[in-house]
Amino acid sequence: MHPALSVIIFTSVTGAGYGLLGLMCALAAFGILPGNRLFGLAGFVLSFGAIATGLIASTFHLGHPGRAWRALSQWRSSWLSREAVLSILTFGPSLWLAKGWILDGADPAAAPWRWYGLATAALSLLTVISTAMIYASLKPVPRWRHPLVMPAYLLLGLATGGLWLNVLLHGFGLAIDDLAGAVTVALLLAWLVKIAYWYSIDRAPGRYTAEHATGLWSQGSVRQLEAPHVQDNYLLREMGYQIARRHAGRLRRLALLAGLGGPIVLTIAAALLPRWGAFALSVPAAGLAIAGVLVERWLFFAEAKHVVTLFYGAERA
Amino acid sequence: MTSVPHRTAKKLGLVIDLDICVGCHACAVACKEWNSGGHMAPLTDENPYGADPLGVWFNRVHTYEAGVGGNSRTVHFPRSCLHCEKPACVEVCPTGASYKRAEDGIVLVNEDLCIGCKLCSWACPYGAREYDYDSGTMKKCTLCVDRIYNENLEEAERVPACVSACPVSARHFGDLGDPNSDISELVREREGYDLMPEMGFKPVNKYLPPRPRRNKVGDTGAPAALDSAAPLSATHGAETSSNPLLRWVDRALSR
Ligand code: SF4
Ligand code: SF4
Repeated sequence: MHPALSVIIFTSVTGAGYGLLGLMCALAAFGILPGNRLFGLAGFVLSFGAIATGLIASTFHLGHPGRAWRALSQWRSSWLSREAVLSILTFGPSLWLAKGWILDGADPAAAPWRWYGLATAALSLLTVISTAMIYASLKPVPRWRHPLVMPAYLLLGLATGGLWLNVLLHGFGLAIDDLAGAVTVALLLAWLVKIAYWYSIDRAPGRYTAEHATGLWSQGSVRQLEAPHVQDNYLLREMGYQIARRHAGRLRRLALLAGLGGPIVLTIAAALLPRWGAFALSVPAAGLAIAGVLVERWLFFAEAKHVVTLFYGAERA
Repeated sequence: MTSVPHRTAKKLGLVIDLDICVGCHACAVACKEWNSGGHMAPLTDENPYGADPLGVWFNRVHTYEAGVGGNSRTVHFPRSCLHCEKPACVEVCPTGASYKRAEDGIVLVNEDLCIGCKLCSWACPYGAREYDYDSGTMKKCTLCVDRIYNENLEEAERVPACVSACPVSARHFGDLGDPNSDISELVREREGYDLMPEMGFKPVNKYLPPRPRRNKVGDTGAPAALDSAAPLSATHGAETSSNPLLRWVDRALSR
């Protein structure tokens, strides 16, 4: 599948934004985070900023961005519509909580604010899940319709969001050692899921063949003699994108280095340093993690094969 | 509405005969011609006379070789929207622009609602949808909805453009929901099949498989005794012939 930059930015940056928003609101609801007003302001600005950036990026993928609001209508059947509805619903309790936390100086761990926090966390998780399901529900792309796709989206969103939460905590001198540890574990888990996914798709040769697609298996093996057109069409531009295995391997290592190795080393080092030194290391940790996820998302598209390519001479998909 | 009707009164669709399609692409061209002014017009072409043209077509004719050796055959394979009973494209559409008509089962796109997210084209395993980069909307086969009910046309012409253009009648149009219709009868008789039934989208259009190959000399009306003299199958070469003279002839001719 063609890796479109707008969609790559959309999935990775909103994932981190909802991860940060959900974690911050849930931890505040349980009284683990301090109800510091400025900290709340920074947290909401950063998470809403990331979410808005991602959602705006996604509209660049549309032929008619001005009609994007219409995507709210078909939540009964469409995961894309559900994603749109949930992403907007999340703004309800989170904006209300932000008002209480920042303007009224309320304690986010006290009722009713904690309920808004928990609702925000639940809706954030559901939004990330529905983003993943847009892809994981597509039968014609077997590498997307894979049981590890949704967990990888969720865990990477939480881990990258957690790293940004860590940045904020260091910045306000409120660092919680256990939190840095938990984020490190989540990051490790997320990339383990991703490694398992890569391992699995490398070993599965693809369930479908040209014989399947054309239904001509009864005649024996099927080879393309002549394509319907000599130049590309939309289908080949969009679904015919293929990445060389060698390049994929290199990019996977790059994603692991940026997304996992770098952030873990920096997060651990940050935990050993005094406040500003820790802050100085936590920023590149969170930034690198996002870069790693961007590469991972690029691969998620580039390595996926659509069954329509079978009509055009692909052997398996 | 994106919600797909549980049942449609009719199941209008096409039956495509892979046995007799000659791969002339007349259907694809006639489709392009009609629909350039039809319901989903225009079918934009970009850079049509340049080095790298790109355009929207609803119908594409592939050509395959199926089988091996003397038993192989060339199969021309027209591919267009199958107007599925459970269309994934309609289910994934976030706006309701893609819909399936309850009255006849035709799957259409409302160009005024489409936001051009392209998700429907990803959800379709058959490559039925082509995006128009110029209009920013998705386009697809309409089953010539603007011909089949068109009272300005002669009754005989009220069929999809591809069906009326095909010089060998490899394409048939009708109601596949009616077990007594001519095309349902044809599907039964020729054991028509679904494309990728394992996807579960229940395509309405059916494909008729190529008829068994007539490899035997007797099949062509020649005396059956000549069968061993004219091995048509590559796997059935000189070594399998018991007659030394024929073996020599075969070797000499295969040089
Ligand atoms: S491209 Fe248009 S028709 Fe297709 S899913 Fe998106 S809004 Fe619906
Ligand atoms: S017009 Fe008929 S014979 Fe020609 S390619 Fe189309 S289906 Fe085949």
